[in-house]
Amino acid sequence: MNAMSPLLRVHNLSHAFGSLLACSDVSFELHSGEVLGVVGESGSGKTTLLNCLSARLVPTNGIVEYDLRDRGLTDIYSLSEPERRFLLRTDWGVVMQNPRDGLRMSISAGGNVGERLMAVGARHYGEIRGTAEEWLEKVEMDLGRIDDAPKHFSGGMQQRLQIARNLVTKPRLVFMDEPTGGLDVSVQARLLDLLRGLVRELKLSAIIVTHDLAVARLLADRLMVMKDGKVVETGLTDQVLDDPHHPYTQLLVSSVLQV
Amino acid sequence: MTGTQTAAVAETAAPAAAETTEDGYNFAYLDEQTKRMIRRCILKAVAVPGYQVPFGGREMPLPYGWGTGGMQVTASIIGANDTLKVIDQGADDTTNAVNIRRFFARTADVETTETTGEASIIQTRHRVPEDPMTEDQILVLQVPQPEPLRSLEPREIECRKMHAYKEYGLMQVSLYEDIARFGEIATSYSYPVMVNDRYLMSPTPIPKFDNPKLDSYPALQLYGAGREKRIYAIPPYTKVKSLDFDDHPFQVQQWEENCALCGAEDTFLDEVILDDRGGKMYVCSDSHYCARRRAEGHSGKLSGSAAAAYAAAVGADQPEKGA
Repeated sequence: MNAMSPLLRVHNLSHAFGSLLACSDVSFELHSGEVLGVVGESGSGKTTLLNCLSARLVPTNGIVEYDLRDRGLTDIYSLSEPERRFLLRTDWGVVMQNPRDGLRMSISAGGNVGERLMAVGARHYGEIRGTAEEWLEKVEMDLGRIDDAPKHFSGGMQQRLQIARNLVTKPRLVFMDEPTGGLDVSVQARLLDLLRGLVRELKLSAIIVTHDLAVARLLADRLMVMKDGKVVETGLTDQVLDDPHHPYTQLLVSSVLQV
Repeated sequence: MTGTQTAAVAETAAPAAAETTEDGYNFAYLDEQTKRMIRRCILKAVAVPGYQVPFGGREMPLPYGWGTGGMQVTASIIGANDTLKVIDQGADDTTNAVNIRRFFARTADVETTETTGEASIIQTRHRVPEDPMTEDQILVLQVPQPEPLRSLEPREIECRKMHAYKEYGLMQVSLYEDIARFGEIATSYSYPVMVNDRYLMSPTPIPKFDNPKLDSYPALQLYGAGREKRIYAIPPYTKVKSLDFDDHPFQVQQWEENCALCGAEDTFLDEVILDDRGGKMYVCSDSHYCARRRAEGHSGKLSGSAAAAYAAAVGADQPEKGA
């Protein structure tokens, strides 16, 4: 891999639902180890963009290229569906806003974490369980609950389990859609702390969609501000938040409640 | 599969079609076009072992869950010269078996038998016969739920994609759950198998005791699911492997006792409760196999008169209850 070549390159990406343009003309590059935050109000096209980037929604227009381990930068929508699905469960991770979408709620925590390993061919129970325990420890979960189903977990625990489940195959790129949505602030803080540690430790690249500027400030290296499907401002996180140029960004920053 | 067998599946029933045994009904109940349609599905199923072929399932004169899928397959392949045996949980004399046997005796006027070796078609619910079958025989299994992934993945589209792309990691997760919860793979029936190294298949609720028999079985196996309208097949001598883990290999059930009637050590045993004081015995679930062994002079600890058997089972210290 060329040190200068990006991990993900997006060119003129647009997606329309009928006559509704959900995101239009998005272009950016993401390099290895970089965390990109996508902020904007509800309905601004953040989640649509994320779905297009993570090979789960074929965009109407534009190209998404990913640096595959074996053949370099490749248009992900030129891959066959099984190849894309394989990518999604090995080199990528997707952390959903609602853990119910990202977890199997009636399968034990250990089984949830082990599923990806078994999907890529692990067939040794002891090793799978060992790896699952290791990851549950990394996301600060009580090992005594490894055999409990996530439907009996609190929201914060479900979210941490979802993170463990995604990171177990050591992905290089993780997509997160509102990873702290619906959690109370103290649990949010712990989760953010954990995420920040993991991202640094594993040198993960990540694209984080959020409407919470505090989350963006803590996790993201760069920010992309979206409004009505368009990217209105991009730049380093501190730069965008401390010196917003676009009127919408200024509104967004000034809307944050000060305690 | 052998060439003669393929031809047999495609052609049977056609010549005999004109005759009707029960007034107003076609030979073997279904009309000829329906039987042709089902036979085409069977040929496809045989060509792609383990793949679930959709078919236009018909209403049968009995409820779903009572063997409508198996009966449609049997009706499509049966000819006037066939001999039919019907098994329900291993037994020839239970309601389901008796009625399906009588149904084909009346609508197709075929010979019926309880002897595994004499039958050309054996329709079965939840067991594979203990006696070996040959290349000249066909085993038809009744299937309640053909989709092995169903309990894990409720979305049909997703299940089909998983089959198409051979993504079977999820099935392994269900075995993982077993070990995590019970310390061993506790699944004892409908134990998932890989057919021909390609398709994941549910072998119907046969006990996992029967799974090893499916591997390289000489007889053609046809699986019919009436409610779900699917047919799948395992051609003779096809590789069938039960899923497992490297450190938890596949194992079949074992019993500490032998059959109480015929003394067999290597058969699938049913537990029979004798009284409300813990008295019980184990007997072969395959009733024909057990009867044949007894006729050959084998005996278990409870064979002989009923009274003696009862006394032996409950112990001498118990009061007689007029057995």
